[in-house]
Amino acid sequence: MNEDLLKVENLTTYLASRAGIVTAVDDVSFSLKRNRTLALVGESGSGKSMTCLSIENLLPQNGKVAGGRVLFKGEDLLKKSSKEMEKIRGREIGMILQDPMTSLNPLFTIGHQVGEVFRYHKNLRGEALKKAVIEVLEKAQIPAVAERLNSYPHEFSGGMRQRVAIAINVACGPDLLIADEPTTALDVTVQLQILRVLRELQQSSGMSMILVTHDLNLVERFADEVAIMYAGKIVEQGSVKEVFTRPMHVYTRSLLAAIPRLDEKVDRLRTVPGQPPSLINPPPGCRFAVRCTLADDKCRTEYPDWTKDGKQGHQATCWKAGEAIK
Amino acid sequence: MKKTPYISVKNLTKIFQIKGGLFSASRPLRAVNNVSFDIPVGETFGLVGESGSGKSTIAKMVMGALQPTEGKVRVSDVDVGIFEQSELSRLCRLLQPVFQDPYSSLDPSMRISSIIDEPLRVQRLCKSAAERKEKVAEVLDQVGLPPDSARRFPNEMSGGQRQRVAIARSLVINPQCLVLDEPVSALDVSVQAQILNLLKDIQDKNALTYLLISHDFAVVSFICTQIGVLYLGEFMELGSRDDIIHNAQHPYTKALIATADPAAERRLDIKAADIKGEIPSPMSPPGGCPFHPRCPVATERCKSEKPLWREVEKGHMVACHLV
Repeated sequence: MNEDLLKVENLTTYLASRAGIVTAVDDVSFSLKRNRTLALVGESGSGKSMTCLSIENLLPQNGKVAGGRVLFKGEDLLKKSSKEMEKIRGREIGMILQDPMTSLNPLFTIGHQVGEVFRYHKNLRGEALKKAVIEVLEKAQIPAVAERLNSYPHEFSGGMRQRVAIAINVACGPDLLIADEPTTALDVTVQLQILRVLRELQQSSGMSMILVTHDLNLVERFADEVAIMYAGKIVEQGSVKEVFTRPMHVYTRSLLAAIPRLDEKVDRLRTVPGQPPSLINPPPGCRFAVRCTLADDKCRTEYPDWTKDGKQGHQATCWKAGEAIK
Repeated sequence: MKKTPYISVKNLTKIFQIKGGLFSASRPLRAVNNVSFDIPVGETFGLVGESGSGKSTIAKMVMGALQPTEGKVRVSDVDVGIFEQSELSRLCRLLQPVFQDPYSSLDPSMRISSIIDEPLRVQRLCKSAAERKEKVAEVLDQVGLPPDSARRFPNEMSGGQRQRVAIARSLVINPQCLVLDEPVSALDVSVQAQILNLLKDIQDKNALTYLLISHDFAVVSFICTQIGVLYLGEFMELGSRDDIIHNAQHPYTKALIATADPAAERRLDIKAADIKGEIPSPMSPPGGCPFHPRCPVATERCKSEKPLWREVEKGHMVACHLV
């Protein structure tokens, strides 16, 4: 049976700001099985990146996990020391960030930077090291690898740099790869290529992936499961197919309707008026209520329970899950 | 009847000289190559392409911010292409830009009111401060911001609100045309839809002409009446919105459409996955058809011979041997 590789339970993360304590991640729970991809979707400030940083124990100075558990292969990552986490990051958990130009060091060659992972985690040297580097760069589908080992990041295009970042992160065969907006800085045709590289790597190695994105188009193409985040909370989760064909939460439904579709000529796009609430003192009820066209008094005062759809764990926190949008 | 073009671009070419090193000569970079299009009054022309396709270079030449190497640009009765101060100063009254990133395009130390009325002050269009204030209130209302936002600073506003401020600043001198350079790509999906609707409303109300630059076919197909697809500084295809979206001919256009919308991808014979590699450096463009190294259906002829820019149906132009 396929057991959960990662199980996040009631994760809550605070960020200190000048204006007060921000609850960036609020009581977030989800689980991820082996060889599956979970997409964390949300607008900027919804807490998707903070969730990932909490999992990896890489929160900024002003951030702190206030509660919950992050069970990775049954062990709570939040209880690990930073020394222990250093061993896990890069070996068992890889992380790919948005901008490959900032995650690569401009002063070292590609070969050196990819090699660093093997030197540090696998203690490889000499010919064995070079062989391993070439092999993993080939896995990331970089053409003519042998000639490019001595190239510097600036000699690579954006897409190629992101492939190098992928190579570094899958070098040790991680069980989990967290990709935080991995293609946002890239051209549209290159975005799909990069995600295809990731998917092929996943198919051959059986790793799990968390794909953080705001692009629903990419979620539809590449993820198995999806969790929609709004104002620090997961408001809907389930299989991509279920959530996209039968969205429950009014927010998810509005979001899907707001994407312009090429084949339908419309005069106006459906919009979600307003903007997310401040997370310093969030409202007691549903956080989407102020922007929701269906909201009533109950929505504004009482946080919604999970409504289950019954199909493949599809659920949403919305009192109005069954009602049609006017 | 053919409407009179508000913006007319003829055989526009821009060659940058890229400085060589200490011992190497400078080399030419052809950023825009022989591009022509017209935008009729009150319509929206969308320039679509990936980074390095030359779309922003074209916009800069239309805005009079960059001198064309060859070719003509006319905006209304202003000859922008000759790049002379007398003409360009008339241009700012007619045409205003809106940029991609509302975080960097607004001065953080200025109040919203002075950001918006700066063009009025520079152009000396209002006699009194009271008149300027009235004008600011009017455009704030037009872009859907509350009147009290005039006193606020940019950092007190969200991305969507900032982009509304940027639009208000462009509208304040009553221009006839806006150049929109990726106006929504820095915004979240739900906010993106708000801004796109707003741009459409403002256009209808003020009969504005738009030149829109975007890499996103979904955005372009919603707001544009005409679309031109650029690749390495040249048009691959150009036509009405419906011609391009429903009857795309060029493999690159099809690939971009397929990438933008999985539903549209199903009816196309070229899929998003068929396009390999990345846009090559414009320093050393490939011979023949510029798209041939990435084209899934390229033939021997595409490698050696440049396809002609020809009309396949009325107003629908394409440069491809296989059409």
